[in-house]
Amino acid sequence: MKKLLSIFAVVAFAFSAHAGTLDDVKNRGFLKCGVTTGLAGFAAPDDSGEWAGLDADMCRAVAVAVFGDRSKVEFITTTGKSRFPTLASGEVDMLARNTTWTISRDVNLGFEFVGVNFYDGQGFMVPSALGVSSATELDGATVCIQTGTTTELNLADFFRLNGISYEALPIETNDEGKENLFAGRCDVYTTDASGLSSTRAAASNPDKWVVLPEIISKEPLGPLVRHGDHQWGDVVRWSLNAMIIAEELGITSENVDAQKSSNVPEVLRLLGVEGNYGEMLELSNDWAYQIIKQIGNYSESYEANVGPDTPLEIARGLNALWTQGGILYAPPFR
Amino acid sequence: MNEMNEVRKPPVATTGIIGWLRINLFFNWTNSLITLFVIYCLYQFIPWILDWTIFSADFKYNYLGEQITNQEMCSRNLDPENGGACWAVIYVRFYQFIYGFYPKVEVWRVNIAYAMLALALLPLLYAKLPYRKYFLYFTYIFPVIAYFLLNGGLGFTEVSTNKWGGLLVTLVLGCTGIALAFPIGIMLALGRRSKLPVISMMCTLFIEFIRGVPLITLLFFGMVMLPLFLPEGIDMDGLVRVLVAVTLFQSAYMAEVIRGGLQAIPPGQYEAAKSLGMSYWRMNLLIILPQAIRISIPPIVNTSIGLFKDTTLVIIVGILDLLGIGRGTLADTNWLGLSYEIYFFVSLVFFIFTFGMSRYSLYLEKKLKTGINMGAD
Repeated sequence: MKKLLSIFAVVAFAFSAHAGTLDDVKNRGFLKCGVTTGLAGFAAPDDSGEWAGLDADMCRAVAVAVFGDRSKVEFITTTGKSRFPTLASGEVDMLARNTTWTISRDVNLGFEFVGVNFYDGQGFMVPSALGVSSATELDGATVCIQTGTTTELNLADFFRLNGISYEALPIETNDEGKENLFAGRCDVYTTDASGLSSTRAAASNPDKWVVLPEIISKEPLGPLVRHGDHQWGDVVRWSLNAMIIAEELGITSENVDAQKSSNVPEVLRLLGVEGNYGEMLELSNDWAYQIIKQIGNYSESYEANVGPDTPLEIARGLNALWTQGGILYAPPFR
Repeated sequence: MNEMNEVRKPPVATTGIIGWLRINLFFNWTNSLITLFVIYCLYQFIPWILDWTIFSADFKYNYLGEQITNQEMCSRNLDPENGGACWAVIYVRFYQFIYGFYPKVEVWRVNIAYAMLALALLPLLYAKLPYRKYFLYFTYIFPVIAYFLLNGGLGFTEVSTNKWGGLLVTLVLGCTGIALAFPIGIMLALGRRSKLPVISMMCTLFIEFIRGVPLITLLFFGMVMLPLFLPEGIDMDGLVRVLVAVTLFQSAYMAEVIRGGLQAIPPGQYEAAKSLGMSYWRMNLLIILPQAIRISIPPIVNTSIGLFKDTTLVIIVGILDLLGIGRGTLADTNWLGLSYEIYFFVSLVFFIFTFGMSRYSLYLEKKLKTGINMGAD
């Protein structure tokens, strides 16, 4: 019992010692950001070894907010299994790792999701030759499914609700699912819609595959930090919000300098011309200006990494602004 | 008379190419059928693989003569009828495969370390090397030099291990694991056979515990649990934690391999050594271990090759080794869908290293005549 208590004490100490993450980051001189080991469009090394993607941009935005320099970030690769312990032990300051916001992760694991940078959901992909236009027509289909994931449970629920049957072909990795589907060993492949898009883009002839319109689960993906450090949580949250608000206000990396002389009060507040919002966050007053200047607004990051012009071809959909039919919404900047 | 003495040639059917073919490939009906079947399979397979990997493949430019910068420019994606492998992805990413994310200005340090590794291995692999003794001194201090070269310190800029990757990580893990596990394994093997109950029990416990859990579990333990037990402020490097796990794992296996060799030594050898008044350490160092290790060469190489390939498991704790870099490349939207090329290249690199180890072990076995059981008679 005594031993157990001492372990808890060590763990508690480990958590409490990271109370001032912002100061730790500033003293260290760079941000440590946990990303995936490689996921198309979200985080992957490019040809020159630089990390690129929607999640990588999220990390860079926080680095810019703190240091005003997009290169002051060290990317730590984490897997689905190692991401939470890595964050909990303080090895990374934040995770931007394609992680679904759920109650147990938010509450029980002791993390704080500070927002959503991509609304994903589980979908289905079938060969267009199958002639299916809706997932409810998939009665009796063989489905490639990653074992031990929430997608497996969602799939069972969906088919039971619609009173249709399926045969599961268990697979381990996305690559395996891709190969099995392309070889015709299963009729349907199901995983997150963003994953389906990258699978489809990897096909030799993408037009031979269709992603069905049904999205059967909510997968809000967002950056997260450790519980108990609200100051740091605020920095990450508002770095994301600043990018979304910039899109709402029509500020891009190209026109941001011209916008400094705008007459819209919220633009001036965001860019640090008026007010002292940077000071509140213990950042420099032009932190949001630097994010937009060096990274761009949300739309620019989206279009460059996962948007319709990239091989992934993911339409904005739910990730469009609330004013444009999506659900992307940031609290006002005042 | 002369005709009687004349040496008669053996029948044509048993010598030369025809003889060899008859004896090895067409000895009887079953053999002939199998031979024909294998020839047919090779006939089907070899032209296809040669065409795919070499003749129709893109190396740097596609069939239109443009330099390939993404998968859409590969010949086989421009025109599915035309074109094989698209090696341009390996060409473009070669730096990452070999050095990971090591800064380009500092990469000469890795190159020197690679060259030094070859130089350090030379006296170990080739016993007739002139001035071998001096080369061996270099081999002993090489790990220290390599540490400062790769990691920094002593005037070199520090390059955090987070930037290491690709073949560099694979070699660091493989070499350190194999090199450290060997002495630890010998100590554990001797300890397990010790007559002192405490030592033998501790060694047995250690070996059985480590061998009883999968490497992945040990990697996770090193990655996740170790920092929780260390006092605050002591920040153990991620790669070091993995190295500790890999070394522990390998030494447990090595211990059992060497114990197998020790058990094959007849008791007469121990008795003879003791009757000469040798101490425990002298007996083991001069009489027992040289024989035991000699007969254990094949299993030692076997576990070493196993470890070299097992290092790919480090991707699970987020370290990008050769295979990890390959997977990272596949996740770049520029290179989606080139999995055949990347996995082919990665397996080729692994094959070169493991095949080299295996050939070297064969050479050693021949040189030391391990097949003959010395001492038993």
